Amino acid sequence: MDQTSLRRIENDPNYRKLVSERKSLGWTLAIITLAMYYGYIAIVAFAPSLIAVPLFGSITLGIVLGVAIILASILLTGIYVIRANAEYDELTKAIVNASKMGGKR
Amino acid sequence: MKSLARAGAVAGACCLLTGSANAAGPIEAGTAQPTDWNAILIFAAFVILTLGITYWAAQHTRTTKDFYAAGGGVTGFQNGLAIAGDYMSAASFLGISALVFTSGYYGLIYSIGFLVGWPIIMFLMAEPLRNLGRFTFADVASYRLQATPIRAMAATGTLVVVALYLIAQMVGAGQLIQLLFGLPYLWAVVIVGVLMIIYVTFGGMIATTWVQIIKAALLLLGSTVMALLVLSRFGFNFNALIAKAIEVHPKHEAIMLPGAAVANPINAFSLGIALMFGTAGLPHILMRFFTVGNAKEARKSVFWATTFIGYFYILTFIIGFGAIVLVATNPIYHVGNDLKGALLGGGNMPAIHLAHAVGGDLMKGFIAAVAFATILAVVSGLTLSGASAVSHDLYASVFRHGNVDEATEVRVSRITTVLLGIVAIILGVVFEKINVAFMVGLAFAVAASANFPVLLLSILWRGLTTRGAVIGGFVGLISALVLTIVSPGIWEAVFGYPRGSALFPYVSPALFTMPLSFLCCWLFSVTDSSKTAKTEQAAFEAQYVRSQTGIGADVAAAH
Repeated sequence: MDQTSLRRIENDPNYRKLVSERKSLGWTLAIITLAMYYGYIAIVAFAPSLIAVPLFGSITLGIVLGVAIILASILLTGIYVIRANAEYDELTKAIVNASKMGGKR
Repeated sequence: MKSLARAGAVAGACCLLTGSANAAGPIEAGTAQPTDWNAILIFAAFVILTLGITYWAAQHTRTTKDFYAAGGGVTGFQNGLAIAGDYMSAASFLGISALVFTSGYYGLIYSIGFLVGWPIIMFLMAEPLRNLGRFTFADVASYRLQATPIRAMAATGTLVVVALYLIAQMVGAGQLIQLLFGLPYLWAVVIVGVLMIIYVTFGGMIATTWVQIIKAALLLLGSTVMALLVLSRFGFNFNALIAKAIEVHPKHEAIMLPGAAVANPINAFSLGIALMFGTAGLPHILMRFFTVGNAKEARKSVFWATTFIGYFYILTFIIGFGAIVLVATNPIYHVGNDLKGALLGGGNMPAIHLAHAVGGDLMKGFIAAVAFATILAVVSGLTLSGASAVSHDLYASVFRHGNVDEATEVRVSRITTVLLGIVAIILGVVFEKINVAFMVGLAFAVAASANFPVLLLSILWRGLTTRGAVIGGFVGLISALVLTIVSPGIWEAVFGYPRGSALFPYVSPALFTMPLSFLCCWLFSVTDSSKTAKTEQAAFEAQYVRSQTGIGADVAAAH
């Protein structure tokens, strides 16, 4: 990619929107994942007896947390895909088209 | 005697999964089984089907893109299944259920840790990976850095991870097949090696992808049926299953605690880091992102992979506790038809015996065949990844500086596949007695400490230079290897030095080596005032635009 088209894309408002939105969504979800998992590891490490606390009959907090973390991981990746499919692909298409038009000029 | 049986079972579980001290193989814990014709027939059907696919795939494998990336035409859903197939190895299926069988909740910590790397891959890496790379993760890392040193480093990281993982799978395969099918160990290892060479050499990534998809579907189907059959014994009441498991397990309530292996906070965090970030540095997994057409499909792949893998790991909760109730209490699964005897076939067998307990001989044969197919598929993916590191990164880029035609590169890749297959068979024979678990743990630790930091920083951080990446990558690689060798898992258990003599007292080095690698990448980049460093940093903008938009990626991929 030559410098002119590079600058043109970087100055494209769609590109700026794409980058800033994807960055904020990606990092938000990543931090949620990290907090969730290392919060769980912290319980395992510092308060292991909590893991064995029964919640529903014999089902313990550890089991509930484990299933919840797995389901939350699926849910979070799902949220990302839905947001990305709805918005980012459109923006990307617009950026690519604008860049092609720019190239023909 | 009872404690002896337990010890045997624990040893087996350790072999597939953990890096903890007990190094005895499952073989020592049990005896070979009589030939299981159900398993052999079902497995033979799998082999015939996959060889047919390989024949078909061979007709469609011409270019490097076909060979390494299945022509780039795999859909997100297919790739998600194939990733799940690549990722759910025997360590996941047999190892986790064996670990729950012996230690209870401790095994589920692995189920959770193996999954949480996936969202991280999705949010930070999947789309840039697809937009920047063609065939190997070294393509991405060397995009704006100097190809020769970066590819040499990445190929080394790839080959080390692949070798460790291959040894684990080959030894696991040999032992399992010996037990399940009543075949001698050497035969079992040779069968796995030869089949894998045929799949990869002739069918490349197209055949490997379909082998993974079929295997993933079989494994998901098999474990779903098993979990349902287990639950049906308890009126579909999970609570009743857990209550019964606590009642019959000799440790009773203690099986719901995290367990002694993670009692130390440093162990808990180090294991957590290795499991989560190791996933994001496994070369055979990263390679799968180049088989899809664009970033959108890459993203969908991760979603489907996370869904299938997460679903499977939830099933391990049911299967593991089911094995405690239905296998541990039934004398027919123990040596000498006596509950005091060790588990028949060794400590990795709870899932197989559980299949028999809930579904009879046919179900056992099916699950045994699925376990074999699982290992075969994972081994194929690993070999293809190792072969591409040699042919694409080392041969084509480092030695020939890109002056090589596609036909030659594919030929080199095929030759490498055959060599790697032979090496894998030899390693499988040489390391027959080694602790398989130690290898899997080490593979994840190396992937998290060498491949992951370099890859992540090359995508996200403008400041990374060739010097920083090469030093950071090698420091991570070497420190992870050295610290594992001087940890109790190998120093005391394999080398036989006295207890407590290990220089590094923790189960996994990742808590220390991954940050060390990041630190070195950063330090040797910011202090790099060379002219090339400036050029590399300046090239970040163009790389970033391509990683975000995919502009230019299609052109390069059509090469």
